[in-house]
Amino acid sequence: MSEAAAAEIHGHGAVADQYEAPLTPGNSGKLGMWVFLVGDAMTFGAGIAAYGALRWQNVNWPDPADWLGIRLTAVMTFILICSSLTMVEALSGINHGNIAKMRRFLGLTVFGGIAFLCCQAYEWHHLIWGEHLSIKTSLFSATFFILTGFHGLHVTGGVIYLGTLLVRSFQRAYTAADAKLVEIAGLYWHFVDLVWILIFTFVYLI
Amino acid sequence: MATEARAGSHEEQHANYLAIFIYLSVLTGIELLVYAMSFPTVLKVGLLVALALAKAVMVAMYFMHLALERKGLWVIAAIPMVLVAFCYLMLRPDLSARAWTSEHHPEEQIGVHEGAEGAPAPAPPADASNPPS
Repeated sequence: MSEAAAAEIHGHGAVADQYEAPLTPGNSGKLGMWVFLVGDAMTFGAGIAAYGALRWQNVNWPDPADWLGIRLTAVMTFILICSSLTMVEALSGINHGNIAKMRRFLGLTVFGGIAFLCCQAYEWHHLIWGEHLSIKTSLFSATFFILTGFHGLHVTGGVIYLGTLLVRSFQRAYTAADAKLVEIAGLYWHFVDLVWILIFTFVYLI
Repeated sequence: MATEARAGSHEEQHANYLAIFIYLSVLTGIELLVYAMSFPTVLKVGLLVALALAKAVMVAMYFMHLALERKGLWVIAAIPMVLVAFCYLMLRPDLSARAWTSEHHPEEQIGVHEGAEGAPAPAPPADASNPPS
């Protein structure tokens, strides 16, 4: 190999590395979703940090078990974990060109999200009308409703997002080339699951 | 081209999703066990936080494929954690100064706002033994 050829290859590699040095994947949509999720994580993080700081100082904070149903929320947690599994299976389906599998598992993921929201609606109904707890009652109730409500809005957004993807898969033929759409939607859905894992521990169990 | 190869390799490299699901379920079960046990508070809280963080990391690394992404993305993903820690540490001194303790504010029950509508100190509900389940 001549020196010129070696230099060309080296140069080409350097250019490629330089091009790929940016933070992540060669897919702007995926990077965009990550940046959005990081911003969202800061919002959730600020809420959880404020909750933690308020609670740490307040010796009168009630035992969450006196107010909140741990068994119900454990089921909700399990539902979201299951929906994360169905989401990755949907991605696996489209990656292999199996659109029927993608639709099936995407549908199950949407169903899981709706089931989660139904459980949350039941919990809120019980607390608001059964226990007469409102966002104005106490710091405990305010932080509870804000954190779980904000998360519930994200689940609602996720159900709409994934539902739209599912409907569109019937309107036009998805191919393996559309896998990125499902992968990006999956990032959002797993993030919602991740945040609930933290809320479940910090708000309900501790 | 390398990027495409890398992106395409995600599918082949992906973790065993079913195994991750089982780990997450088992860790949730352990969390509930720890919750039900009568450990000292510090130990209990430490264990619950560690288990929650372990689950969160598993979701990010394997379901969100962070383990397969470039390390640069890890930096982006770590930013919120740094800011949350900063936010918490900034709040602590202020709240410490307020000293919301029963000793200083015996009348204050879980931070009930004065004059808030229907603000009798919310004692645990009468049917606390039967929360939604």
